[in-house]
Amino acid sequence: MRRRLLPLGLIAFLLGAWQVAASTGAIANALSLEDFLVPSPAEIATSLWENRGLLAENAWVTLKEILLGILCALAVGVGMAVLMHRWRLLRDAAYPLIVASQTIPVVVIAPILVVWFGYGIGPKIFVVALFCFFPITVNVLDGLRSVDPEAVKMMRSLDASRWQRLRRVEAPAALPSLFTGVKIAVVISPIAAVFAEWVGADAGLGRLIQSDLANYQVARQFAAVVVLSAMALALIGLTALAERRVVTWR
Amino acid sequence: MRQDTRMRLEIAGVSHSYGDLSTLDSLSLAGEANGVLGLVGPSGCGKSTLLELICGLQDPSAGAISIGGATATEARLARCALMPQRDLLLPWYSAIDNAALALRNQGMGRREARGAAAGLFGRFGLAGFEAARPDELSGGMRQRVAFLRTLIAGKPVLALDEPFAALDAITRAEMQAWLAAALRTAPRTVVLVTHDVEEALYLCDRVAVLSARPARIVAELAVPRPRAPERDAAVTDAEFVNAREAAMRALREGSR
Repeated sequence: MRRRLLPLGLIAFLLGAWQVAASTGAIANALSLEDFLVPSPAEIATSLWENRGLLAENAWVTLKEILLGILCALAVGVGMAVLMHRWRLLRDAAYPLIVASQTIPVVVIAPILVVWFGYGIGPKIFVVALFCFFPITVNVLDGLRSVDPEAVKMMRSLDASRWQRLRRVEAPAALPSLFTGVKIAVVISPIAAVFAEWVGADAGLGRLIQSDLANYQVARQFAAVVVLSAMALALIGLTALAERRVVTWR
Repeated sequence: MRQDTRMRLEIAGVSHSYGDLSTLDSLSLAGEANGVLGLVGPSGCGKSTLLELICGLQDPSAGAISIGGATATEARLARCALMPQRDLLLPWYSAIDNAALALRNQGMGRREARGAAAGLFGRFGLAGFEAARPDELSGGMRQRVAFLRTLIAGKPVLALDEPFAALDAITRAEMQAWLAAALRTAPRTVVLVTHDVEEALYLCDRVAVLSARPARIVAELAVPRPRAPERDAAVTDAEFVNAREAAMRALREGSR
């Protein structure tokens, strides 16, 4: 109970302080700004409600980018990890490349992707996948390698083929690591999606935030951030729930 | 389970080393078909390695191991089932799915494999625990599921690596009596590795005492009354006590 109440209390206190500071104009005065540039939580809530259709529409686009991006990252990441686990040569060859892929500044590559593939959803999915596949690949590979070698010997002695060993021992043993990777991916994916939209998009929360910035629609901008955070939190919650349902032996 | 496959095990001049570390030094041993061969030796002397060599999980650096006349790695792998030191029950499977693992690997469908394993659960004192998770089982039960998993593979040779080392003294004595009974009803060629001299002398037909690494044979003992139905009476018998003293002497000699 205390564990739940304390953070809620802190949030309420911060929101209250913000409300007072913003509605009395204290923040705006301190920063020498016009009042409308510093919206209060109440104004943000009003904007959230008034723009619910527009926000939902754009949130759906961003959610699609996030989910499809993570899905692609999962397919490529798990596939790569299994192949690298199976063939040592491939692991030695590809691992440095995979690490190197993380050093590519997305700030640089995202605009190029827009030039190549246009303003549609494709480049966004690619950027999200590029962000997410690294934690997934590395964690799954670690999980596969963490399998007890004695268990592998036992399986070999009980007539298991390589595929059966993967299916019955290595894959289940790697599941907790897979979820660790997915959780990291889920946390970073909204940032990746918003950034990809920032560079050039025709829809999405990132694009909405950007155009609101240009039009001084600060309250709606904050409302979009609230929606984005809520979406990310929901995804993290769903992942944790899925982990509890799947990894029942921990 | 195939009951008709009686296979003799022969270890001829086997040496093994990992790099410069020599673990086995020209061992020659034989295990009679459907007999239990015991290997006793100090910790780290290479007993587990010898089991892996027998089971075809590795090849010896020199010498040959033949099972039912075949020496090829693949043949040994096909004819032996290894029960490793820790039970290694897979936590994501129920007790019955763990026991039926070999049948599933051999291509049997899940229902059929569970059915085959379920028939043995009662006989092995596991009735009612079919759906239990491994962590819900006691140490003795886990060991029985692990033994069942090994037995159900239907291999002519069972290689048991210190199967009861992790159990407390009372459970261990119970499990020894239980294994003796299980082997009376389903005889197999068994290689039993243990560091417990009493366990070896109670369960085995013959016991080889190995020296510290690199392992060589210090003594080979024939056991007076292997797997006697009354365990407590058997292990206090004068002949048994003498055999135990002889084995302990050989063990001390080999450890030096």
